[in-house]
Amino acid sequence: MSAFVALDGVSHVYAARGGSSGGTLAVDGLSIAVENGEFAAVVGPSGCGKSTLMKLATGLQFPVKGTVQVAGEHVTQPVKIAGMAFQAPTLLPWRTTLDNLLLPLEIVEPHRSQIRRRRGEYVERAEKLLASVGLGGMGSKFPWELSGGMQQRTSLCRALIHEPQLLMLDEPFAALDAFTREELWCVIRDLHAARKITVILVTHDLREAVFLADRVFVMSARPGRVLVERPIDLPRPRDLDVTFTPGFQDIVHELRSHIVRARQ
Amino acid sequence: MTRSEFYVRSAPWLYTLAMFLLWEAAVHIFKIPTFFLPPPSAIAVTIVEYWGPIYRNSLFTLSTTLIGFGLAVGFGLLLGLAVGWSRAIYAGLYPLMIGFNAIPKVAVVPILVLWFGIGFLPAVLTAFLISFFPIVVNVATGLATIEPELEDVLKALGASKLDIMRKVGIPRTLPYFFGSLKVAITLAFVGSVISESIASNYGIGNLMLQAQAQFQVPLIFAGLIALAVEGIVMYWLMAVLEARMTGWAQRSGFAQT
Repeated sequence: MSAFVALDGVSHVYAARGGSSGGTLAVDGLSIAVENGEFAAVVGPSGCGKSTLMKLATGLQFPVKGTVQVAGEHVTQPVKIAGMAFQAPTLLPWRTTLDNLLLPLEIVEPHRSQIRRRRGEYVERAEKLLASVGLGGMGSKFPWELSGGMQQRTSLCRALIHEPQLLMLDEPFAALDAFTREELWCVIRDLHAARKITVILVTHDLREAVFLADRVFVMSARPGRVLVERPIDLPRPRDLDVTFTPGFQDIVHELRSHIVRARQ
Repeated sequence: MTRSEFYVRSAPWLYTLAMFLLWEAAVHIFKIPTFFLPPPSAIAVTIVEYWGPIYRNSLFTLSTTLIGFGLAVGFGLLLGLAVGWSRAIYAGLYPLMIGFNAIPKVAVVPILVLWFGIGFLPAVLTAFLISFFPIVVNVATGLATIEPELEDVLKALGASKLDIMRKVGIPRTLPYFFGSLKVAITLAFVGSVISESIASNYGIGNLMLQAQAQFQVPLIFAGLIALAVEGIVMYWLMAVLEARMTGWAQRSGFAQT
C-alpha cells in the first residue's frame, strides 16, 4: 500500500507578479511520504517552501512537475478530507466561537445538506470538541473575547470538526507565548492519539517537531526539497518532561545542525 | 451617569451652542452688516418667518437626496460585489470609475437637464452619481482584503467562490459598506442641491438661489442651516444603522477616553 500523503519529485513555480516569465521556483524535486495515522513534522530555513508543501498536499496548488497523491488518489482539486490551521487563527469575528466551528460543516458534504436538519447534533459535537481542548462552555463567546491561546484552540477545533483524515498545521503555535505553546502541544498530542488521524505539521520550532512527530523532515533552502528524514523513536505517550532529557536534546541538536547546513 | 460621561453626552449640544454664540458675538463686535454675514438670531427669525417654504423645499430636497442615495446603495453594492468578485472586472471598471468620479458633477447637470428636463429627475440622478463611488470602493475593498489563509481553509474543504463570498466576503464587507453610507449620504445632499440650484423650481438649492437674487441673505443662511440639520439627521441614522448591523466590528475603546 502506498503512503497516505505522497509527493513524488514535485516542483512548483509561483508565477512572477504581473505575468511574464521568470517565476520563483518554490520547491524542486520534493519527495515526501507520510503514512496513514502518522504525525509528520516539516522543518527548514525560512522561505524553503514549507507552505507550498501544505498547498500542494491539500490541492490548493498543483505542481508543474511530479505527482501528488492523497489517500491513494491523484490530487486534481482541493482534497476535502483535510482540515487546516495556521499561525493566525482566522476566526470570523461576527460569529460566536460555536458558529465558527460549524462553518466547515456548512461547506463540506455530506454535512452541508444536513446541517439544517441535524443542527442540534452538530452543535453537540462542536461543544464536545470544545470541551476536549479545554474550552467547555465558551461556545457563546465571540472570538475577540478569547485570549490568543483560546483562539488558536478554537482554530484547531474548526480544523477538526468535520472529522478530517488529514490535519495540516502551518506554524499554528508560532504566535503564542512559550507556556501556552507547550499546553497546546499536549492538546494536539492528545487529539492525534485519540483520533488516529494523519498530521502534517510545518514549524520553525525544532523542540515542537521532535516532541510531537513520529518523523521529522528537514527541508533545504529554496528551492525546497527534503534533505533529511529523521524518525523520532521516543516512546509514546510523551510527557512534556521528555523535552528535558538528554536523548531529546540530542535529536534537537542533530536537526539543528542539518538546518544550519541547509542555510549555507 | 458619571461626570465625564455627562460631558461626552452633552458635548455635541454645548459645542454647537458655543459656535452660534461665537458667531453672534463676532457679528456684533466687528459690526458685520447683515447682508454680509447675518447673526444666528436674524437667521432664526427668518426661519420662523419663512417656515412654510423652508419646510416644503427641505422635504423636496430630502426626497430627491434619499431616492438618489437609495439608487446609489443598490448600484454601488452590486458594482462593488462585481468588482470584488473578479480581477478582470476590477481591472476593466476601475479606471472608468475613477475617471467618472473625477468629473465635477456640476458639469453633468446640463446634460441631465437636456435628457430629463429640469426639476426632480436631474436632482435624483446627480445625488446618485455623486454618492455611489464611495460605496463601490468600500465594498470592493472589503472583499479584496479577505485573509488568504481563511480562503485556503475554506477552499480546502471544497468551498466554491460563491460559498466564500456568502460566508466570508459579504459579512466582512458590511462594516466597510455601512461606513461608506455615512460618506455617501452627505455627498448625496451635495449632489441634489447642486442640481437644484442649477436646474429646478423646487428644493433648498433653488430656495437659496432665489433668496440670493432677492438679496435676502438671512434666508440663504436659513437654507444652509436646513441642509446641515438634514445632513446631520441622516448621517446619524446611518451611524445607528452601522452600529446595529456591525456591532462586532466596533469594539475598540480608542476614542472613549
